[in-house]
Amino acid sequence: MDKIRNEQIRGTVKVEQFGDKAREARLRWFGRVLRRNRGYIGQRMLEMELPGRRRRGRPQRRFMDVVKVDMEMVGVKVEEAVDRARWRQMIHCDFQLLQVTVRDALNQAMDEELERDERVFLLGEEVAQYDGAYKVSRGLWKKYGDKRIIDTPISEMGFAGIAVGAAMAGLRPICEFMTFNFSMQAIDQVINSAAKTCYMSAGLQAVPIVFRGPNGASAGVAAQHSQCFAAWYGHCPGLKVVSPWNSEDARGLLKSAIRDDNPVVVLENELMYGVAFEVSEQGLSKDFTIPIGKAKVERPGNHVTLVSHSRMVGHCLDAAAVLAKEGIECEVINLRTIRPLDVETIEASVVKTNHLITVEGGWPQFGVGAEICARIMEGPAFNYLDAPVIRVTGVDIPMPYAKILEDNSTPQIKDIIFSVKKTLNM
Amino acid sequence: MQNMLTFISNVLRGGASKNGARLVGSTRSFADFSPQASFDIKKCELHRLDQGPPTQALLTREQGLKYYRTMQTMRRMELKADQLYKQKIIRGFCHLYDGQEACAVGIEAGINPSDHLITAYRAHGYTYTRGVSVKEILAELTGRRGGVAKGKGGSMHMYAKHFYGGNGIVGAQVPLGAGLALACQYKGNNEVCVTLYGDGAANQGQIFESFNMAALWKLPCIFICENNKYGMGTSVERASASTDYFKRGDFIPGLKVDGMDVLTVREATKFAADYCRSGKGPILMELETYRYHGHSMSDPGVSYRTREEIQEVRSKSDPISMLKDRMISNNMASLEEIKEIDVEIRKEIEEAAQFATSDPEPPLEELCNHIFYNEPPMEVRGTNPWSKLKSIS
Repeated sequence: MDKIRNEQIRGTVKVEQFGDKAREARLRWFGRVLRRNRGYIGQRMLEMELPGRRRRGRPQRRFMDVVKVDMEMVGVKVEEAVDRARWRQMIHCDFQLLQVTVRDALNQAMDEELERDERVFLLGEEVAQYDGAYKVSRGLWKKYGDKRIIDTPISEMGFAGIAVGAAMAGLRPICEFMTFNFSMQAIDQVINSAAKTCYMSAGLQAVPIVFRGPNGASAGVAAQHSQCFAAWYGHCPGLKVVSPWNSEDARGLLKSAIRDDNPVVVLENELMYGVAFEVSEQGLSKDFTIPIGKAKVERPGNHVTLVSHSRMVGHCLDAAAVLAKEGIECEVINLRTIRPLDVETIEASVVKTNHLITVEGGWPQFGVGAEICARIMEGPAFNYLDAPVIRVTGVDIPMPYAKILEDNSTPQIKDIIFSVKKTLNM
Repeated sequence: MQNMLTFISNVLRGGASKNGARLVGSTRSFADFSPQASFDIKKCELHRLDQGPPTQALLTREQGLKYYRTMQTMRRMELKADQLYKQKIIRGFCHLYDGQEACAVGIEAGINPSDHLITAYRAHGYTYTRGVSVKEILAELTGRRGGVAKGKGGSMHMYAKHFYGGNGIVGAQVPLGAGLALACQYKGNNEVCVTLYGDGAANQGQIFESFNMAALWKLPCIFICENNKYGMGTSVERASASTDYFKRGDFIPGLKVDGMDVLTVREATKFAADYCRSGKGPILMELETYRYHGHSMSDPGVSYRTREEIQEVRSKSDPISMLKDRMISNNMASLEEIKEIDVEIRKEIEEAAQFATSDPEPPLEELCNHIFYNEPPMEVRGTNPWSKLKSIS
């Protein structure tokens, strides 16, 4: 069944919550009443008492009771109603900070890029008439038709190669893998036909293609459908690899990927698709892009640096909130891009905090955390470390099915907290 | 005395006399040659087609000389590459195309320069027919900066306008070719894509995936299987349950073409290109051809076939000899003219080889360039952490 959250609908039509709007209407009326002449019936009604005995039970709620609560919520006082303009401004509930889910962010990004450049098109399994296996491409086929949103048969190697060929001829395809686990069937086309071609041809042949899809662990999908490919794709020169966490990341990075003249792998996360985040006005603009290769400090701190990508960034922030209560301030860095890795941001943070922990959902051996450890050791930040770099990773096993086993196969918030305390010797 | 000297000098000049006697030499006037002739060509076996290409081909003198020159240049270029490889000036992989020249030249004659072509690793011939000079090809083989890919690609990775290589992974070029055809259809420019693969690659799964999608979406793609009877050291009977490669497209119509005759290949390609351009979808061609060399330079080519077999093909079905005989016996060119062309080509190849051996190797500063396209300069890690190399695109 298709679950569409209220936040999504509201977000799409840019409308506030009904309760908030009703409150605004009440306060507006209240202000109007107060500004009328003395003796206006509306004013007399505000303080009216009904004659006769009150009924048993709790007293009925009157207009003023509700309005008093409203004024407290909004933060206005009765006296301020005299200035109409100011009153209106203060009671207005605006929606500049829109709540957008990651799914909608990706959808909007693709919609805008399809509109902007005729050469952009989307192909993959179920992307057109099914609206996308995870509904990421909802509505696009209806809007753009068969030519630009193409349903493919179940032939990853074939359609990935077709997408690369189309890119070589000058189009700008978005090739969707239903999950990146299936990209293993097509990995030769991604690496040998797409990533290496610009170098092999000494710049004669460009391949402006985007490979995107959900990556990493999901919920209850077991071993063959839960692998994280950040390390595998991050290993290869000629590829750019991005891993968005929130809606703003998703929008900005996907747009940058589509506009990039080189092969870009966009590792999304299925569990993040339905999560809503506030996106600023700027983040909603049609030309909003996030540069590939720059990490973001999501939360500043002094005591320890937590570096992560994708869903684990949320876990790091949650851990940081818990640790803050104990006086430990974590600096949380959202990598955003796996390749090229923004080592400078990590180094600058380590110089400040002297402690580094990497957090990822993938397996430990030869993983993203392993690469960060190596780079930190090779760079100037090594001298500022007060303790070895710690990696918090998924457990080194194929993903099990049973919920209790699955939950304990990827880093939990308590694992991050434990590692922070260990590295700070607490 | 004067007469004696004149006579002797005339004799020395090869018997030419001022008295109007029959002139010997390449200066026969053009009026003596037939401008064109019509040749019977072998009928093609058909699969899911009612009609095939015509069984007669018109060849003009100009075309004949052009095809001859191109094929002979390719032949000599490949033989020169063989020589350079044995001298260890070319290293790594070198897959030679001699024997199969009629395929490349015939295909190019049947399509437009604005059409697209992609092939596998036996690509030197196609690189030439698609417009890259012999000099640049040989310099790429020897790994010099004057090579078509600046020495970065080598034998299997040469590119040109509307020529997409040169692909090393067996069969991977076929989905790429279908994608190029998709782009032609998307842009609506009436262009087709010729996608080549060999008898060895014909059993790759991704080829069948490409057939399916090309037929489903009616992509303007000409799939061509160059069947030279051996996939490396494995003969077709030992590799394929069905050696009717032109039928392997199942729902895609196919034709089997004599790949040693440049005219048959040309007519078949024209037929296939018309079919695709009319929007009917993809078509499959099997070219029966033969390679004289082994699979690559590290394969002598005689452990899985007999020398007699190679000799037989060389004497009975060599594409260049066939064209030459046709032209001479139909009075379209003279032996001397052909010999002159041969001499010119030899000279061209020598000069190209000279360039390829003397041109310097690419500079080390360019090691990390061209990783990306249209990208600001970036830093690349060298072999050790202190080695920070520059990369520009």
